[in-house]
Amino acid sequence: MSIELKSNAPTGPIDSAWSRHKFDIKVVNPANKRKYTVIVVGTGLAGASAAATLGELGYNVQNFCFQDSPRRAHSIAAQGGINAAKNYQNDGDSVYRLFYDTVKGGDFRSRESNVYRLAELSVNIIDQAAAQGVPFAREYGGLLANRSFGGSLVSRTFYARGQTGQQLLLGAYSGHAAQVAAGNITMFPRHEMLDLVTIDGHARGIITRDLISGEIKSYAADAVILATGGYGNVFYLSTNAMGSNVTAAWRAAKRGALFANPCYTQIHPTCIPVSGDHQSKLTLMSESLRNDGRVWVPKDAKDCWNNDKAAVGRHPSQIPDEDRDYYLERRYPTFGNLVPRDVASRAAKLSCDEGRGVAFNGRGVYLDFKEAIGRLGQEEVAARYGNLFEMYERITGANPYTEPMRIYPAIHYTMGGLWVDYNLQSNTPGLFVLGEANFSDHGANRLGASALMQGLADGYFVIPYTLGHYLAEVGPRKNDAESSEFKGTEETVKGRVNKLLNVKGKRSVDSFHRELGHLMWEKCGMARTKEGLEEALERIPAIRDEFWNNVSVPGDGADLNQSLEKAGRVADFLEFAELKVGDALHREESCGGHFRLEHQTEEGEAKRNDDDFAYVAAWQFNGVDKKPTLHKEPLEFDHVKPSQRSYK
Amino acid sequence: MNLKLHVWRQKGPKDKGRFETYDATDVLEDMSFLEMLDVVNDGLEAEGREPIAFESDCREGICGACGCMINGQPHGHKARTTTCQLHMREFSDGDEIVIEPFRAKAFPVIKDLVVDRSSFDRIIQSGGFITARSGSAPDANAIPVAKVEADRAFDAATCIGCGACVASCPNASAMLFTGAKITHLGLLPQGQPERYLRVDKMVSQMDSEDFGHCGNFGECTLACPKSISLDVIAQMNTDYITAQFKGRDI
Ligand SMILES: Cc1cc2nc3c(=O)[nH]c(=O)nc-3n(C[C@H](O)[C@H](O)[C@H](O)COP(=O)(O)OP(=O)(O)OC[C@H]3O[C@@H](n4cnc5c(N)ncnc54)[C@H](O)[C@@H]3O)c2cc1C
Ligand code: SF4
Ligand code: FES
Repeated sequence: MSIELKSNAPTGPIDSAWSRHKFDIKVVNPANKRKYTVIVVGTGLAGASAAATLGELGYNVQNFCFQDSPRRAHSIAAQGGINAAKNYQNDGDSVYRLFYDTVKGGDFRSRESNVYRLAELSVNIIDQAAAQGVPFAREYGGLLANRSFGGSLVSRTFYARGQTGQQLLLGAYSGHAAQVAAGNITMFPRHEMLDLVTIDGHARGIITRDLISGEIKSYAADAVILATGGYGNVFYLSTNAMGSNVTAAWRAAKRGALFANPCYTQIHPTCIPVSGDHQSKLTLMSESLRNDGRVWVPKDAKDCWNNDKAAVGRHPSQIPDEDRDYYLERRYPTFGNLVPRDVASRAAKLSCDEGRGVAFNGRGVYLDFKEAIGRLGQEEVAARYGNLFEMYERITGANPYTEPMRIYPAIHYTMGGLWVDYNLQSNTPGLFVLGEANFSDHGANRLGASALMQGLADGYFVIPYTLGHYLAEVGPRKNDAESSEFKGTEETVKGRVNKLLNVKGKRSVDSFHRELGHLMWEKCGMARTKEGLEEALERIPAIRDEFWNNVSVPGDGADLNQSLEKAGRVADFLEFAELKVGDALHREESCGGHFRLEHQTEEGEAKRNDDDFAYVAAWQFNGVDKKPTLHKEPLEFDHVKPSQRSYK
Repeated sequence: MNLKLHVWRQKGPKDKGRFETYDATDVLEDMSFLEMLDVVNDGLEAEGREPIAFESDCREGICGACGCMINGQPHGHKARTTTCQLHMREFSDGDEIVIEPFRAKAFPVIKDLVVDRSSFDRIIQSGGFITARSGSAPDANAIPVAKVEADRAFDAATCIGCGACVASCPNASAMLFTGAKITHLGLLPQGQPERYLRVDKMVSQMDSEDFGHCGNFGECTLACPKSISLDVIAQMNTDYITAQFKGRDI
């Protein structure tokens, strides 16, 4: 089957594209909005903002999340900030500059029209959040404060101490709560979407499992919006919340939605290293630490404290400057410790591969504040980073004021996701995808503080318009959860749940997740090779096989069963992983977070191949154990000319 | 280190529940409390026995999903620390640890250590918001907010909705949680139009759930992982009294 991927982006001048588009698309008559039921899956920044806004407009919204409360979505954990082209600092920022930076930062693998709109809407997000009472950081004069983030040349990042995601999400959640109270949103917490139902090719509803009663049930609607977050947990260890998963997106993919660029994953350079095999997740230490911290490893491998108990050589505080390798400052004299995430991450890996890593298994580097404490004084360092230092000490037991922090890169964000057009609609009509779950705006690499921006732009300002267009086109239809399509899909879901419960094997669910994650990290992580990826493609089906024959999911399906929840997610990761690795193998170039060792410049930087790979790779699922079909959406750059990134 | 765990097991809301004892062996001090439970659960699962149900998501102390009583204290003995951020270096070899769900009438047990905290959502839904329709907002810098006020609002806004305040309170009062939201929104200029209506509605909602009254014990602020100050309760009470005269539909 051939699918034509139409971006549906307006042609003509890019700076008026969104306004023109809003005028050109259809609008639903206010009196008719009540007649439409819209399902929103997810209550993170994207889902909560979408549900609240659609509720305000008068749609009948049904909103689902797997946590016990919408307020707990993974977005709550975002720390650093949110970008907006407000130019409040008068330092030369503009919508165009944010657009330019985002396209370039994405290593020329995103769609210009979407990125421009994102930059344009960024300013409205800050207004919206401030009006909701989000307590952003302020200057003494009462105006909003900004900081520069992730190596950006302008100060455009708005923040709320180190808890920007929490405050933005609670803002969206409060607007959402108002709509629940008004009866416009019906909230279904502790419900997990386990399948998508399509009728005549259109998305018409979902099948969920009530995580408390175990009931598997159909919900029918006029449109389905997925805002279900990223798939970083395919690596088992990541900075994502424990429950973050690919299930909703993957089940939609299995029903025909195309999955775009699954190999694009972002690795964050400053996370607390793994401390042992028990590790369940990784904790991010804000990127802002690199503004004052210096990254180094010992020059002499003998000085590497791989594990405190087996300590050999000198304690880091006893190693004099001349015996330290400040490798980022050495390799990148201009940007130094502030090089972009992907560059910093790979450099850390390289030092560890050379045998100069510190921490458990030699997988860590030092992030040192000695110089900053000397320059600024301990008090100022505490004012800037005190809460982070405290968090670090709580987790590691070590005091970063007296000895360097140990950090290592970790999986953090996934740029790939379900393919969507300019309207954020997938190739399945009526299925819209927002936030981290879609692929649309960040290309092969996301800039810091841009995910929050995208989630909220999608939810507050894009979907209210584009959804209306779709609904006005199709008109009111009968929503019938009793129809054969729903009943059939419900049976499939029940069958799958029963199958998981009846393997009755000997291995825990986590043991499979860990095995898969380890393989993905080694073969499809920071540096990828053809051989490694091919090996992974051979091993994944074997792990999957073993899973279906030997997993142990105790208990039954009729009450809260956390093993069952996890098992369902791991089963989906085990299928999705293969697609991801296949995508990485097919993309014979390096770009952004996708680094193929075969494709690097002489200096060891990512080398793109614009002639052959300037496209979005959107994959069509053809069945487990069958090869997916590749569909390409060519990318054109009319405004930002592709260039080689350089941070020397 | 090796530990003995006495864990509350309860199949469902109707089950009476009982303690069961488990050995946690070879526990490393770098493990978090929940990772220690993960390891115990992994063992149970591999044997085909039902693991201990408990909630967690972010494991960074910010989502508010985790929380149980550890040796009688919500989130354990370490101040300003959620259960997920408590690490095993706080314990010693041979320790016996009693692990129970948060106990409060308004938080019925669902299973083992998992409780139903949806009453918190209902309190927020009753009025814990500033009405600001998407797209209707003025420029963010049009309304300056003094830094001290913004910072105080922020401090109150850091509540993670975990419920430890309720679990620690001899009366199972939800005043700290409710007061935190009232204070956050009430301190900001954007929150003024609905200020008194908000406190009125939120307090009535709180009263209609199964929470008790505040007896000024102050246990809540000590148990709170975010150190929400008792000031928020004072603020709520003041606003509530004022609300009886102002800003209501009569
Ligand atoms: C530690 C950390 C720090 C970060 N810091 C920043 C930052 O400073 N700035 C920035 O811009 N970005 C940051 N990010 C990235 C950003 O937080 C995320 O990309 C963003 O919050 C994703 O929002 P979302 O709404 O798309 O999804 P999420 O917040 O992940 O929400 C997903 C929702 O979907 C629901 N869901 C998922 N699957 C199902 C299912 N099958 N059934 C029912 N419900 C389901 C969940 O319950 C949840 O409500 C950070 C990320 C991490 C991990
Ligand atoms: S006030 Fe503190 S203890 Fe109570 S819910 Fe909020 S964070 Fe938890
Ligand atoms: S798991 Fe999120 S606060 Fe503990």
